[in-house]
Amino acid sequence: MTTYLITGASLLGSRSADLLLADGHLGDPADAPPDAVRIDASGLVALPGLVDLHTHLREPGREDAETIESGSRAAARGGFTAVHAMANTEPVADTAGVVEQVWHLGQTAGYCDVRPVGAVTAGLAGQRLAELGAMADSAARVRVFSDDGVCVSDAVLMRRALEYVKAFDGVVAQHAQEPRLTEDAQMNEGTMSGVLGMQGWPAVAEEAIIARDCLLAGHVGSRLHICHVSTAGSVELIRWAKSKGWNVTAEVTPHHLLLTDELVASYDPIYKVNPPLRTADDVEALRAGLADGTLDCVATDHAPHPTEDKECEWAAAAMGMLGLETALSVFQTTMVDTGRLTWGEVADRMSVRPARIGRISDQGQALETGSPANVVLVDPAATRAVEPADSASLSRNTPFRGMELPGAVVATFLHGRATVLDGKLQ
Amino acid sequence: MKSHLLSTADLTKSDALRVLDTAAELRSLADRPIKKLPTLRGRTVVNLFFEDSTRTRISFEAAAKRLSADVINFSAKGSSVSKGESLKDTALTLEAMGADAVVIRHGSSGAPHRLASSGWVRSSVINAGDGTHEHPTQALLDAFTMRRHLGDLDGRRVAIVGDVLHSRVARSNALLLSTLGAEVTLVAPPTLLPVGVSSWPVATSYDLDSALEKTDVVMMLRVQRERMNAAFFPSAREYSRRYGLDDRRFARLPDHAIVMHPGPMNRGMEIAANVADSHRSVIVEQVTNGVAVRMAVLYLLLSGADTTEHAAGEPTA
Amino acid sequence: MSTRVVLDRSDISRALTRIAHEILERNKGPGDVLVLGIPTRGVPLATRVAATMTSVEGVEVPAGALDITMYRDDLRLQPARALARTEIPPRGVDDAVVVLVDDVLFSGRTIRAALDALNDVGRPRAVQLAVLVDRGHRQLPIRADFVGKNLPTALTETVQVRLQEYDGVDSVAISAAGDES
Repeated sequence: MTTYLITGASLLGSRSADLLLADGHLGDPADAPPDAVRIDASGLVALPGLVDLHTHLREPGREDAETIESGSRAAARGGFTAVHAMANTEPVADTAGVVEQVWHLGQTAGYCDVRPVGAVTAGLAGQRLAELGAMADSAARVRVFSDDGVCVSDAVLMRRALEYVKAFDGVVAQHAQEPRLTEDAQMNEGTMSGVLGMQGWPAVAEEAIIARDCLLAGHVGSRLHICHVSTAGSVELIRWAKSKGWNVTAEVTPHHLLLTDELVASYDPIYKVNPPLRTADDVEALRAGLADGTLDCVATDHAPHPTEDKECEWAAAAMGMLGLETALSVFQTTMVDTGRLTWGEVADRMSVRPARIGRISDQGQALETGSPANVVLVDPAATRAVEPADSASLSRNTPFRGMELPGAVVATFLHGRATVLDGKLQ
Repeated sequence: MKSHLLSTADLTKSDALRVLDTAAELRSLADRPIKKLPTLRGRTVVNLFFEDSTRTRISFEAAAKRLSADVINFSAKGSSVSKGESLKDTALTLEAMGADAVVIRHGSSGAPHRLASSGWVRSSVINAGDGTHEHPTQALLDAFTMRRHLGDLDGRRVAIVGDVLHSRVARSNALLLSTLGAEVTLVAPPTLLPVGVSSWPVATSYDLDSALEKTDVVMMLRVQRERMNAAFFPSAREYSRRYGLDDRRFARLPDHAIVMHPGPMNRGMEIAANVADSHRSVIVEQVTNGVAVRMAVLYLLLSGADTTEHAAGEPTA
Repeated sequence: MSTRVVLDRSDISRALTRIAHEILERNKGPGDVLVLGIPTRGVPLATRVAATMTSVEGVEVPAGALDITMYRDDLRLQPARALARTEIPPRGVDDAVVVLVDDVLFSGRTIRAALDALNDVGRPRAVQLAVLVDRGHRQLPIRADFVGKNLPTALTETVQVRLQEYDGVDSVAISAAGDES
């Protein structure tokens, strides 16, 4: 295995230091063997490898949109060393067999640790619990359970799931969407939906579920994670739940940190996503929530779709956006370059906390001797125009196309092995 | 005017007046023995209807034919569209046929916009009703009809009554009539007004009676009974009692006020039969005016579409 | 660039009076004659000619307007034009002698369009053409029956007709290319 000596990197954006990557772990740079490959990282920021709590890799079932390998490659290019593969595949990841298959395919691809998310209910049908314990005990060691794409709207079922996963320190990641309030919903309900004549997706449909689930989590003393928080009201509710000492965590997506529902006026389904793009006030509240830690992390909700599912009229289009390769840049432009968070806090929100929520012990660790060698080198001074054709994903549905974004991932190391070097996949 | 008609929001006051003035001249053709003009000879207009709407399609077809355009009717029922062909492939087919204008009716809001901005077609796109978004030519013919009866619309009061939330006619009218200087009041139960309506250039009211006495125009919108099942209102009877234009309310209208309805009507639901058939109802006239307005739109969009940058150097006098 | 006035108010008045007399002479009186101006400036000219004929003969000579916009052969080349009003006097054009009136006769294409437009309104017994100025450069086999003034011009020049009804003054001027005030 190649040994790397990274010189002059700015650790978490502050002190400059060298890093030795040997045998999958960080070592003392003073012990660097003479044949170590030296990487000059002056001007680059070193972060622990990023961890995504929310990724759709589409395999099994929709290998035309993404495969575990292609999605892993996109993840590596985005600086990720671990992703959580959502359960809404075909077949649904609701048995030990499916999650083990996903886990093995991730290992085989070798671009990042693929941690399967298990479905909460069998077939995502919201009727009865999937075999959560079997998935937890499987080789994939599932700790995050979610029906993402569908809300666990039945209050009793949600309560039972929250209680049940305590047995193996699991967490239920809720896709908060009250189904009746969002029938046929196409976009954020507000001024724009009224003007554009589209069925609205009201903020209250998200907030009502979050409020209920926070109360349930508090009541049964379980871990609850809220997926893709999108409204100002949700941030307030989560802040309140945390103030009660309840074990509630939450994520926000890059697109909800940057884009607003004004973009829907183009009727271009590239902007169609669930939950929908919200207003500028919501964007501001999400940034503030991420800055003060109410929102624990950024998760991509990377959702690849083939071209034909976006090259159509709005109502017929699929919901979702790519995110893995642009997440860090969007984080930088919205949070770092605006002075709201430091690079150290980037590491916290994109690596440390998501790893902790997902209970991954060998990710999101400090950059110190003995830690697993999961490292990403970022050039914060670089800029690039987002070019969809340039993606490692099989899909092209990035809402950031053509945008000029700061920051570039120069290198990614997964357990000491380079998955990206000089910005190129290895 | 732009090369597409997608929303009345895109029309400036002078654009709108130009359409209406042109339509006024073309309306007089209806009284001539030869109603046909050679204006769009050699041009092809495609009526692309993904939703059934015989009256709108016939109106566009008559307008295009009176301008000597070739008309192709492409309806989704029984065609490749109903077999799952995408909007894109349909559009490419039309482009290959050499369509100069595509008149599109679609159940999905924004589909005409998508067609116009996608680069799939070079033709002019005319929105003939999209989802619950807009129906610009209906609003233009409504404004045209109002002008024939009331003259300049500046300062005129128009009450639009009923299911504003799901009405493309209401949306297009609210925007167009405001542009033309009219004072529009949307009257509906709170469940049938869109969220964010306060940002529209209109007033709103939940009370039909208070809006009637000072109005110059009352436009009744079709209310679909199935809305009742979605709890927008308790019953057809209650809706009719609170928001229907019945004989009693009709009697309280000012003498010069006119009654409109974009059709098709639910007689006895939003409008009483006597009111619909009264001398102040211009509902039938709306249909006639529709042809003239659509001729004006086709003429204004398709003339000069080839080379808008053409210099006026060639002698023409 | 230079602008040269070639007809002033009294020149125009004399020309129109002469045209009115020539029409009467050619048609042996005002019977069945209908004067239709081509918008924009042909319309007031038609009204004036008809008024002169009326006062000379003591018989009302009807005047109207014939918009030819929708019949033009350059619609695809030019931005859409606003339509002008067509007003046919109540007697109609069937079996009438229609005198078309325009301000400037140039390529002849406007008159071609006018003949088509007239054809859709009815079937006149005869159609004649009166113009205030014939500036030459015909592109079609069309000529005027009554001409106020023949005005030799270069293709690069423009002829500007101003009339009291629209411009507050009566004049015809020639200006060199690009001088379009």
